[in-house]
Amino acid sequence: MSRYVPPVQGKASQLFDVIVLVVMTLGALFVPLKMGLSGAAKTVAAPMENPTWEMLGQSPAQASAYEALGYTPESAHDLILARFDYSFTIGGLITMIVVILLYYVLMLKFSGTEYREVIAEKFDRR
Amino acid sequence: MADFDITSDKMDGMGPHGTKVGLLRVLGPAHVWALGVGIVLVGEYMGWNFAVGKGGAYAALIACWFAGILYTCVAMIDSEVTSTVAAAGGQYTQAKHIVGPLMAFNVGLYLTFAYTMLEAANAITAGYLISVVATMTGYDGVLDQRPFIILAILFLAWLNYRGVLATLTFNLVITAIAFAAIIIIFLSTSGVLGNGIVHHAELMAGQAALPYGWIGVLAALHFGLWYYLGIEGTTQAAEEVRSPARALPFGTLAGIMTLLIAATLTWYTCTGVLPWEYLGDGVNGSVAPLFDTARLSGSEALIWLLGIGTLFATLASANGCINDASRAWFAMGRDKYLPGWFGAVHPKYRTPYRSIIFLVPMALIFALGAPLDQVITFSILSGLLEYTFMPLNIIMFRKKWPMGTIKRGYEHPFHPIPAIALLALCSVTFFAVFLGYGTQLVAMIGFYILVSLWFHFWRYRFVNRGAQFTMPWPKPEGY
Repeated sequence: MSRYVPPVQGKASQLFDVIVLVVMTLGALFVPLKMGLSGAAKTVAAPMENPTWEMLGQSPAQASAYEALGYTPESAHDLILARFDYSFTIGGLITMIVVILLYYVLMLKFSGTEYREVIAEKFDRR
Repeated sequence: MADFDITSDKMDGMGPHGTKVGLLRVLGPAHVWALGVGIVLVGEYMGWNFAVGKGGAYAALIACWFAGILYTCVAMIDSEVTSTVAAAGGQYTQAKHIVGPLMAFNVGLYLTFAYTMLEAANAITAGYLISVVATMTGYDGVLDQRPFIILAILFLAWLNYRGVLATLTFNLVITAIAFAAIIIIFLSTSGVLGNGIVHHAELMAGQAALPYGWIGVLAALHFGLWYYLGIEGTTQAAEEVRSPARALPFGTLAGIMTLLIAATLTWYTCTGVLPWEYLGDGVNGSVAPLFDTARLSGSEALIWLLGIGTLFATLASANGCINDASRAWFAMGRDKYLPGWFGAVHPKYRTPYRSIIFLVPMALIFALGAPLDQVITFSILSGLLEYTFMPLNIIMFRKKWPMGTIKRGYEHPFHPIPAIALLALCSVTFFAVFLGYGTQLVAMIGFYILVSLWFHFWRYRFVNRGAQFTMPWPKPEGY
């Protein structure tokens, strides 16, 4: 197999590649955050007026631990009552599975093609 | 035979580069242990407690051991492959030789992002800790944490810039102190020494036991990874250890054993003292659970010890993360997977100095611009993608070079059971991530698909084909 000779990349082109990569990285990480799609937010389903430790479902041991940490029933109200919502749709789950599988299939297919080329050039030109 | 000498101290060893200045081979097994445990131990000081918030204290314990099995598989697989492919870049270089260039590029990015995000999370925690100490010592305003975050990252980057031996010796000392602090608080609060203050039965009774039921246990698996995330980073030292075949398996396997002990002791100590809702909220509640546990112990000495332990753990982790992320970035630059400018070694300090400097602003952007749980999630997601690659990697490795065809530094037992177990555990963890952070998961994989297309159709043209295969191995079977 003939040896592949890569082109020499100029400094401007190298800089451009770095910028593209950085922009894609920041986009992937910050766009969901900025669009409020980051998920995992907890909510309080039923807020309480004038809560007490008993109303918040806290045992004496739990209440005394909160007090030692500097909390009152009012200031601990949201912390204690907020819950995650784990409901999900089958459509969402299937989308995630498809995206993950697609990603790995794409990866292995393209990698396989490139790898054959590497092995051929490394071992077949001797 | 290969054109390059892995043991040379004059060449940069593995690359098709032939530069006269390479990375220094100065590290021993203790440094490998310090690198692995140093990166991860902060996971016991902060972050793991999000698992409590996801499913309660028992769920966090199940997640701790589930993730422990996952990482034991990771350590076994990694020890075999990396003791055979001993080069900077770790799993990136493994993927390059075993799976193919595009997979290698992705793995290099997983490593860089997992470690850079972890570094950012560490800096956030260090800033928080300093603000708490300021309050405890009488400061009554709201301390601006940003200067401390910036200083921590800059100081550690400078340390990394100056040399790997000093960097990892520093890590060895502060990691040992942080680990000792966990043992001491466990002994002090559990009743082994003096009167115990743990009340598991009272704090975990009733709805506190499993507040979300079994779905909460599944959800907790997401943050269960945080107990150990980064142990695979030991492989990044491969090109700088004196004896890769001995030091890497020894350091990695000793590291995972240390972490299994530390994680279980941490869970026991914190869940016995802190209410689960407070413990589980790592943003508005307990940012640093072991430190908070020490505060409730009433012991001034424990408060100081755990304060120092937390600070040391965050610094050790950030330090190791800078080391590992820069090696992965450097290795990709050296192979022209990234602009070749990043592939330079400092002429005096023999460190990948350009990669170290370049990643500093990236870490700062995440540390100053995103909340802790999101930063941790991004790190975990990159780690999870990497762990999913590992079983594929080892199965291909054994298939292409069956036992006896090449010399392995370490052969992991029971193959392919660890690989299959790891793949199954990763699948369950993907579902756990989906339960709370499905959008980030899809966004992140969308990003990797996009950069993969960019690499395959554009960037790969600058890469030498055959010359990037640098191991002195025979032709793989089936090719």
